[in-house]
Amino acid sequence: MQEMENLSADLFTFAEFDAESGERTGYSDYSYWKCTVRVFLKNWVAVALLVLLAALLLFTFIQPFLPAQKSPTEIYNDPATGMQIRNLAPCKAFWFGTNSIGQDLWSRIWSGTRTSLLIAFTVGVFEIFMGIAFGAAWGYIRRLDRFMTELYNVLRNVPTVILLMLLAYILRPGFKTMVIAMCTTGWLGMALFIRNQIVIIRDREYNLASRCLGTPTRRIIMKNLLPYLVSVIMLQTALSIPGTIGWEVFLTYIGIGLPVSIPSLGNLVNEGRMIMMSPDLRYQLIFPTLVLSFITISLYMLGNAFSDASDPRNHV
Amino acid sequence: MLKYALKRLSQSIVTLFLVVTLVFLLMRLLPVEGYFGARSDKLTEAQRVAILDKMGLLDPWYVQVGSFYKNLAKGDLGTSTIYRMDVPVTEVIAPRIPYSVYFGLVATAVSLLLGLAMGVHMARFKGRFWDKTWTGYVVFINAVPLAVYLLFVQLYASDLLRLPILFDKHDPKSWILPAASMSLGGIAGYAMWMRRYMVDELNKDYIKLARAKGMSSSAIMLKHVMRNAYVPMAQYLPAAILATISGSIYIESLYSIPGMGGLLVDVIQRQDNPMVQALVLIFSSVGIVGLFLGDVLMAMVDPRIKYEKCEGAR
Repeated sequence: MQEMENLSADLFTFAEFDAESGERTGYSDYSYWKCTVRVFLKNWVAVALLVLLAALLLFTFIQPFLPAQKSPTEIYNDPATGMQIRNLAPCKAFWFGTNSIGQDLWSRIWSGTRTSLLIAFTVGVFEIFMGIAFGAAWGYIRRLDRFMTELYNVLRNVPTVILLMLLAYILRPGFKTMVIAMCTTGWLGMALFIRNQIVIIRDREYNLASRCLGTPTRRIIMKNLLPYLVSVIMLQTALSIPGTIGWEVFLTYIGIGLPVSIPSLGNLVNEGRMIMMSPDLRYQLIFPTLVLSFITISLYMLGNAFSDASDPRNHV
Repeated sequence: MLKYALKRLSQSIVTLFLVVTLVFLLMRLLPVEGYFGARSDKLTEAQRVAILDKMGLLDPWYVQVGSFYKNLAKGDLGTSTIYRMDVPVTEVIAPRIPYSVYFGLVATAVSLLLGLAMGVHMARFKGRFWDKTWTGYVVFINAVPLAVYLLFVQLYASDLLRLPILFDKHDPKSWILPAASMSLGGIAGYAMWMRRYMVDELNKDYIKLARAKGMSSSAIMLKHVMRNAYVPMAQYLPAAILATISGSIYIESLYSIPGMGGLLVDVIQRQDNPMVQALVLIFSSVGIVGLFLGDVLMAMVDPRIKYEKCEGAR
């Protein structure tokens, strides 16, 4: 109270009314992508996983060009006896050992990872395009909605695994069959997701307001709808890749996967499974599953982390 | 309620008809080798045609569909060609149904109980040790393919717990591992669903009101939160049933359980077309019935659901 009285009056001035500065307070340099990246970088586990996964993927694709790499399909013979080097434990010459017919497990694992990722990416890209195209049409065109919903209600009744097995069984096993079967079953879920999101967001007040203010449709889609969908699309894609790899292992187990001549993660896990009862040979199961699990777990966690980061509601 | 169930039932029947016809037609695209069985190499071209003709496979497709439904009405699904030659398919499948049903029901019940308990536990300790531990489990189960982690369950759990590695119907201990494996995925699914639900729900206004008027935490849980939790539970049930079906196909084959899932893998490997067709039809029907029950159950616990608002409502 005492200090208040000591303050002199000339410390205070009247503020002028300034229309321009009133406008300025509403301005922020918010940028969607900058903010997404910033939130994502705060999650150090996800960043570490991203770096590791990127390194692994890079290594997978440059591995055949590195020096002293063996062929993934060649059967190695012991020069002294002329016999195949079967089930050799990991050593200097064969880093991850050899399999039951004398092939180098190290190069088979990377070759298999390439095959499986190729299938997974092909299916993933196809799912995104089909999912977005059909989902958007389903969500936007009201006349299509009833038909698509009925179609979905029929198709969702058939368990994916049954449909997948049936398709892989009818078409002869092979790379193309695998891709076709998984593309056929995968896009529907994605389309439903996109459709639901579009239906939810499309008539929100801020979109109605934008429309009333005469914002062009393109701008509404780019600025109002897409940011919401990016998180969903990224999450679905990130989850679709582990899913595809899982189905590949499953179909290979049943015997309608890729032919054994093509190394893939499914084939490797299956080869490892056949001899898993002898403890000395379990490395043939454990090495491929370690690589496989690392890829699927990190993609799953990255997908979730990125989906959180790209959700505009988490940008403050 | 009854009106909804009837409408949903008619929808299911139409779906069943469409799916059965579709599967039947897809099966007609198969190479015909699967119909000759072990004799395949010795047959002359004329004999092959005669066999196919006898089975009605050379008729136009609509005649085939017609005769298929006529036989189906009599309970005749054809005869096995390779797996057990010339034995009616129904006779091969019938003794295997109880195993699949038993394991399916046990797995669904166990995953429901443990999954919900885990979800509640996670929400209760949100952000703390137990929440993180169980989240780790859920992430693991969801991210690692089923076909991979179940192998390790079979391999190491059997060593660790001294349980038999293969199924033997006379040894009750050998029932434990397959049933547990079948529930792992369901537990994770329910736990995640329940946790998200609980966390959302506990922040709602009616809970705040209940707290403000001095209700105890446990009373709020029992009378408000849990009662509403039936809805998300029922919502997840169909997905859980479908997941159990796919799990059972793999697990039955892995543990040599004489159920339908293991049989499906067997007949696919041996390319026994009539058997594959019959089993695919059975599994699809189970899926349809499961979804129907799930939807009806949901309408029972959630009075807001009407048929018109069920799917694709605006």
